Amino acid sequence: MAVDEQLKIEMGKQGVFVTTLQELYNWGRRSSIWPMNFGLACCAIEMIATTMARYDLARFGAEVFRPSPRQADMMIISGTVTKKMAPQVVRLYNQMGEPKYVIAMGACAISGGPFKQGYNVLKGIDRYIPVDVHIPGCPPRPEALLEAFITLQKKIDAQHLTGEGRPRFLDAEAPGEFPVPEPGEHDLEPPANKNVWTVPTIIR
Amino acid sequence: MKTVEEIKAAIEAAVPGAEVEIVPNPGPSGQHSLLLGHAHAVAVAEFLRDDAELALDLLSNVTGVDWPDKEITEKVKVTREVEKPVEGGEPGQTEKVTETVEETRKRVEPGYLETVYHLYSVARKHGPVVLRMRTGNRTDDVSMPSFMPVWRSADFQEREVFDLYGVVFTGHPDLRRLLMWEGFKDHPMRKDYVEPDDFEYEPTPHDHVLERAKEHQSREQAAAGGDA
Repeated sequence: MAVDEQLKIEMGKQGVFVTTLQELYNWGRRSSIWPMNFGLACCAIEMIATTMARYDLARFGAEVFRPSPRQADMMIISGTVTKKMAPQVVRLYNQMGEPKYVIAMGACAISGGPFKQGYNVLKGIDRYIPVDVHIPGCPPRPEALLEAFITLQKKIDAQHLTGEGRPRFLDAEAPGEFPVPEPGEHDLEPPANKNVWTVPTIIR
Repeated sequence: MKTVEEIKAAIEAAVPGAEVEIVPNPGPSGQHSLLLGHAHAVAVAEFLRDDAELALDLLSNVTGVDWPDKEITEKVKVTREVEKPVEGGEPGQTEKVTETVEETRKRVEPGYLETVYHLYSVARKHGPVVLRMRTGNRTDDVSMPSFMPVWRSADFQEREVFDLYGVVFTGHPDLRRLLMWEGFKDHPMRKDYVEPDDFEYEPTPHDHVLERAKEHQSREQAAAGGDA
C-alpha cells in the first residue's frame, strides 16, 4: 500500500518517518547494484570510463564490480556478442543469483549493430536472455550508461512485491534459468529463445 | 630488390624441379606474384627465407581467395563447308562452299581456392614478394603445403584461411578452426556460402537485405497459408 506523498512530507516535518516495506526493499535493491566485471568489446571501454572518477558510477551505488557471477546483481552486455560467445554469456547469466538485471549496451548488444548481416554475430542478446534496459549508440557515451542505470533504478523502484507485476525472483512459477544455446552445424541451436524473444510486429 | 623474373630464375637455380609461374598484375602497382607448385613449395619458401640476398624473414599476411566455377562465353570464328544451291543452276543442284561463321561457345572454367602470401625482409628492408598457391578444385582436392614450419606467423593466419575458406594445410601442426566453433560445417567466406536465415525482422531493410527479408516473409506467409 502506497503512502500519500504529501502526507509523508507533512509527517516528515513533524519528525515522523513513514515508509512501506516495499519502498524500503526496493530502495535497498536499487542502491547497491553490483555489476559483473565483464566486457565484450569496445563498449567495455566506455563502461570502464563510466566507473572512473570523471563519471563516477559510485554515485549510484554500483562501483563494486565483481569478477564472479555469484556475487553480481547486474550484467552489462558491453559490446558485440559473437555466436561463439553467446552460450557463455547465457551461462554466466544463469549463474548469477536473483535478483539479477541486464543492461544491453550499444548497437551490437541490442541488435547486432554494424555486424547484423554477418555470419558470426548474434543479432541482439535479447534473443536468449531478458534485457531490462537497451542503450543504442556506437558506442554509447558514459552519460548514456548512467541514464540507463537511472532508468533501471526507476524500474526497480516501481516494482510491486506482490501481485501480477512482481519481479521474477518473487514468482515461483517464473523461470530462473534460461536454456543455453548449443553451437550447431550452421548456426546456434535454437536461433532464439521463443519464451524470451518473439519477432516484433512491423507496421509498414 | 630483385624483380620477379630474377627471383624466379634464382628459385629455379636453387631448387631444381621447382614449378614457378609468374602471375602478372596489370594494375599500376605492378605487384606481380609467383605461383608455386605444391611439390617444392616448402623448399622454395626456405630458400626465400635463407637466401642472403633476398632474406625474406617476415611473412606479413596470408590471404585466401575463392574463385568459383566461371562460365565463359566466347565468340569463335569457324570455317566450315556448307552445301548451297547453285545460283542460276537447275533446282536441286548444290555445290560445296566454304564460309566463315561466328559461333558463340560456352565453357566452364573450374574454380579453385587460392592463398596469397606477402613476404617482407626486415633485415634487407625490402618487399613485398607475393607468393600464390592454388588447390586442385573447391570440393575434395583442397589441400596445399603449410608454410608454418618456415614462418611461425603463418600459424593463426593459415588457421583462419582453413576456417573461412576450407583450405587444408598439410604439415600444419595445429589446424583447428580459429573464429568459428568446432563442429561448424560451413566456410563463411566462400562465394557460395548461405547465411542462416534470420532475416525475419529487419526494421529498415535496403538493397540485398531487403531482398532477403522479403524472401523470408514470403516463405513465412506461404507456410502460414499452407497451415490454414
